[in-house]
Amino acid sequence: MSNKLIYLDNNATTPVDPRVVDAMLPFFYQKPGNAASRNHPFGWAAEEAVDYAREQIAGLINVDPREIIFTSGATEADNLGLKGVFEMYARKGNHIITAKTEHKAVLDACKKIEKLGGQVTYLDVEADGRVSLEKLEAAITDKTILVSIMWANNETGVIQPMKEIGDLCAKHGILFMSDATQAVGKIPVDPKATGVHLMAFTAHKMYGPKGVGCLFVNRKNPRVKVTAQMDGGGHERGMRSGTLNVPGIVGFGKAAELAKAEMEKDTAHVRQLRDKLEKAFVDNVEEVYINGSIEHRMPNVTNISFKHVEGEGLMMTFNQNIAVSSGSACTSASLEPSYVLIALGLGDDLAHSSIRFSLGRFTTEEEVDFAIDAVTKGVNHMRDLSPIWEMYKEGVDLESIEWSAH
Amino acid sequence: MAYSDKLLDHFKNPRNVGTLNKSEKSVGTGLVGAPECGDVMRLQIQVAEDGTIQDAKFKTFGCGSAIASSSLATEWLKGKSIDEALSIDNMDIVEELALPPVKIHCSVLAEDAIKSAIKDYQEKNGLEVTAQLKEH
Repeated sequence: MSNKLIYLDNNATTPVDPRVVDAMLPFFYQKPGNAASRNHPFGWAAEEAVDYAREQIAGLINVDPREIIFTSGATEADNLGLKGVFEMYARKGNHIITAKTEHKAVLDACKKIEKLGGQVTYLDVEADGRVSLEKLEAAITDKTILVSIMWANNETGVIQPMKEIGDLCAKHGILFMSDATQAVGKIPVDPKATGVHLMAFTAHKMYGPKGVGCLFVNRKNPRVKVTAQMDGGGHERGMRSGTLNVPGIVGFGKAAELAKAEMEKDTAHVRQLRDKLEKAFVDNVEEVYINGSIEHRMPNVTNISFKHVEGEGLMMTFNQNIAVSSGSACTSASLEPSYVLIALGLGDDLAHSSIRFSLGRFTTEEEVDFAIDAVTKGVNHMRDLSPIWEMYKEGVDLESIEWSAH
Repeated sequence: MAYSDKLLDHFKNPRNVGTLNKSEKSVGTGLVGAPECGDVMRLQIQVAEDGTIQDAKFKTFGCGSAIASSSLATEWLKGKSIDEALSIDNMDIVEELALPPVKIHCSVLAEDAIKSAIKDYQEKNGLEVTAQLKEH
C-alpha cells in the first residue's frame, strides 16, 4: 500500500471523467474552429458544439440555454455577477448582503466593491454554518440590491436554506445570487424554483476540466442584466468577451449531462462511503468533532476536528498516500486558521485541528477503509506526541494555563 | 511544500519523545506556544551534578516542522553544558532541517523551549538565570 495514492480532496477539484476527456479531444485538433467564426464549417462545428454544451448545462439546472454565460471558472463568474450587478443597478442602490463563510471569490469581490463606493454586509452564520433568515431580513435596507449566499460551503459542505432566502429576496424585490460551485452536479440545483437570479459554478468540481465555468443570469421575471467586466468582442450576449474555450465548454457540457444522468447513483455512493468514514472516527477515536450542520450537508463531505492534534502535522503522517485538506493555518502562508470554521464559532484550537475529507464519484470502499486506518493511526501518533493531549488526559484545565502567544 | 529528508526523518521517527518528572530538582521544563496558535512545545532537560544535560525529552502539538525542530533540539541538547545549550540558535535548526521561510517560527519556538527549560532549571536550583528568551 505504500505506493497507493488516495484522493479525498474532491472539493478542491475532481478528476476529469474519462468520458468527458473523450468528448473534448476532437476539439483540439480535428475541430479547431472558433465558435465566433460565422463564415466557415470550422466555426460552425465549434458553435454547434458550444450550443449543445449550453443545452446540456442548462438541462442540469433546469434553465434556458440562453441564460448560461460562459466564463473561465467560478471565480470569474462570481466577480461578473457581483460587480456586474453593482454597476448595472447603481441607480437602485449600492448595498449587498453576503455571509462571512463565503468563498474568497465572493468576499474579495465584495471588498473591491466597497472600495468602489458600495456597502456590504457580511452576515454572521449560526453554529451549524447556516445563515439566519431573521438576521438576513434585518440587514435589508432600501439600498439593498443583491443578496449573495453560497449554495453549499466548500469547507464544511453545509447547505444554506436556499428556498427560504429566495422567498425572502422575492418579498423584498431584491436580486438573489448564489455561488453554487460545490452543489451543482452533486445535488439537485434548480435556481428558478429556488428564486435564484444569478448563479456561478464551474466544470472542474463536477468531473469536467479546469478553466471553464459559467454564470447563470435569469432572463425573465425578472430580466437580470450585468455590466460586462471584460471588454472585447462582445461574446456571450455582450456580458463576457473573449474567445470561447470550445474544448473546455464541450467537456463542461458532457460533465453536466453525466452528472444529471448519474446523480442519484453518485449521491448514494458518496453518502454511504462518507458515512462509513465519519462513523469510524466517531466510534473509534476520542474527542472528535464534526463541524457544521450534519442535517443540511453535502453527501460527499465531512469536516472533522481531532482535538489536540494539529491538522498539518496530522496530514503529514499520511499525505504520502492520502490527499485531504486542513483548516489549519499551517497549510497556508497566512497564520490564521480557517475563517469559515472560526465563523461557526470554533475556537482557534479546534480550527487548527480540522481535516476536510471530500469524496467523489471515483472513491472506492477500499480507499475509505485504508484512509480510516491510516488517519486513525496518525491521530494516535500525533496524540502520543502532543503535550496538550497529555495534559488533557491528566485532567489539567487547559484554559487555566497562561500560554505564551507568539 | 517539499520537506527535507532530515525533517521528514525527525517527523516520522521523533527522538526523545516523553515526559520527565518535572517536580525533580534536576529537571527543567519549558512550555512554550499556545494551542490557539497551532503550536505548543514542551521540552524538558535533566541536568547531572557536573552540569551537563544528561537527558532531554519533548512533546509537541504542532505541524511537522514544529515536531522535527523540537526532536532535533533534544538530540542536540544531550551531553551539552548549560552554556553550550544556550548557544543553540534557531537559525542552526533552520539550516539543519532546511526549514522553508514560513516555518522559521517553528525553530524560534524550539529555541524558546530550550531557554525556557534552562531558565526553569536555574530558578529551581537557585542559580543565576542566564537564559534569555528572544523578544518576538
